[in-house]
Amino acid sequence: MIEGKKFAKKLSTLALAAGIAGLLGGCATSGNPKDPIEGFNRAMFAFNEGLDTVIIKPVAQGYDVVLPQPVKNGVTNFFANIADVFIAVNNLLQGKVPEAASDVGRFAVNTTVGVLGVFDVASEMGLEKHEEDFGQTFGRWGVGNGAYVVVPFFGPRTARDTAGLVLDIYADPVANVDHVATRNTLLGVRVVSDRANLLPADKVIEEAALDKYSYMRDAYLQRRRSLIYDGNAPHSHDMDAEAEPLERPSLAVEPAAAEPRAALGSGTTLAQAAVEGRL
Amino acid sequence: MKRLIGMVAGLVLATGVVAQEMAPDVLVRDVTEDVLTIVRNDKDIQSGNTKKAIELVEAKVLPHFNFARMTQLAMARDWRQASPAQQKALTDEFRTLLVRTYSKALTEYKKQTINYKPLKMQPNDTDVKVRTEIKQAGGKPIQLDYYLEKKSEAWKVYDIEVGGISLVTNYRDFFATEVRNGGIDGLIKSLQAKNKSGEASSAKK
Repeated sequence: MIEGKKFAKKLSTLALAAGIAGLLGGCATSGNPKDPIEGFNRAMFAFNEGLDTVIIKPVAQGYDVVLPQPVKNGVTNFFANIADVFIAVNNLLQGKVPEAASDVGRFAVNTTVGVLGVFDVASEMGLEKHEEDFGQTFGRWGVGNGAYVVVPFFGPRTARDTAGLVLDIYADPVANVDHVATRNTLLGVRVVSDRANLLPADKVIEEAALDKYSYMRDAYLQRRRSLIYDGNAPHSHDMDAEAEPLERPSLAVEPAAAEPRAALGSGTTLAQAAVEGRL
Repeated sequence: MKRLIGMVAGLVLATGVVAQEMAPDVLVRDVTEDVLTIVRNDKDIQSGNTKKAIELVEAKVLPHFNFARMTQLAMARDWRQASPAQQKALTDEFRTLLVRTYSKALTEYKKQTINYKPLKMQPNDTDVKVRTEIKQAGGKPIQLDYYLEKKSEAWKVYDIEVGGISLVTNYRDFFATEVRNGGIDGLIKSLQAKNKSGEASSAKK
């Protein structure tokens, strides 16, 4: 009897592992090799769009209209400053010590001289802002992209980055604030601020996209590829070119790819950030 | 005396020819600054008047773009399957789509400054990438790159990348799917429908 139970458990673990491996290996269940789980993704995309239309976007639009630009910039800077700590950790995990030192420097300067990060003094001083997260870190350690996935609420990811996202959430400084009311307020404001920053991109995408889902997906995947090649992706400006390969050779000696990600936010905001290049 | 006049005439002619052949990065900077200055001073465009933005783009920007090449790039292999009439229809519709998209982006311009990066090119290059950056609050600057090719002494843009995302090749997958599902004519119809609905919504403004 006990064997039976153990066996069933093993089986289900195996099935789960196979499912994840399938996702990571990108085994095709649909026609598009770039998007093996397209059916699932479109459903998640629709869910995220719904959530955005009904709740998040209206709040962001209100925020955008009511607050003057300098205040909105201050809020953006405040959260960007907190993120620098997290970014420093990821740079360190990737072995990029000078970048990590620069991130710590940014945080120190902006928190003090920049008044809790509201003013981005560090950028004026020439300390460049980096963007890193665990998905990038795993990539640098050699993990391939895997299938394209639309995660509920958070939006487009690759399979690897979905795993990274779990760690991102765990390590997020804002999510780790003890006082519940403060933490929830901060998280809420950050989501709204990020979403408001993407409202201009919305309008451009409306014009540009015949199919919003595939437009966002292709933009996201292009963006990932560009980061992996550190802004210098080889260009297929050749009429015969098929879609560029997404997997790339080992990251081992490549300079750090700066991952464009603002703090965690709603699904469509991240997709749009990818398109807008703000991530 | 005659020789002197001849030399001066030659110089004038030479200057004329050289003036036409503007370096690609200078071209990008001049047109960008020209257009942005106009947008900065135009409250209508800033408040979302897409129609006016389109007129601006058609006057100042369009002459420097090679839409046929852009359409070829987006179509990839399917371009060759299209008849000349279809190719023309595709180019026209794609141009309308890109112009509207670009104009929409202009109406969202909020006084960001552009940083023009130095261009590295050999004197005989006919295909270059001009890099610029859009600076904005609270984050990394956005990369904005232009790909230009030189055809009969004039440089024309055939692709634009925003943050590493090519505006042209982003359509590749979608176009390929449309052609697979409805043939080239199906794709043309989709583009026409999209452009009609785009026109309708900008006419409302």
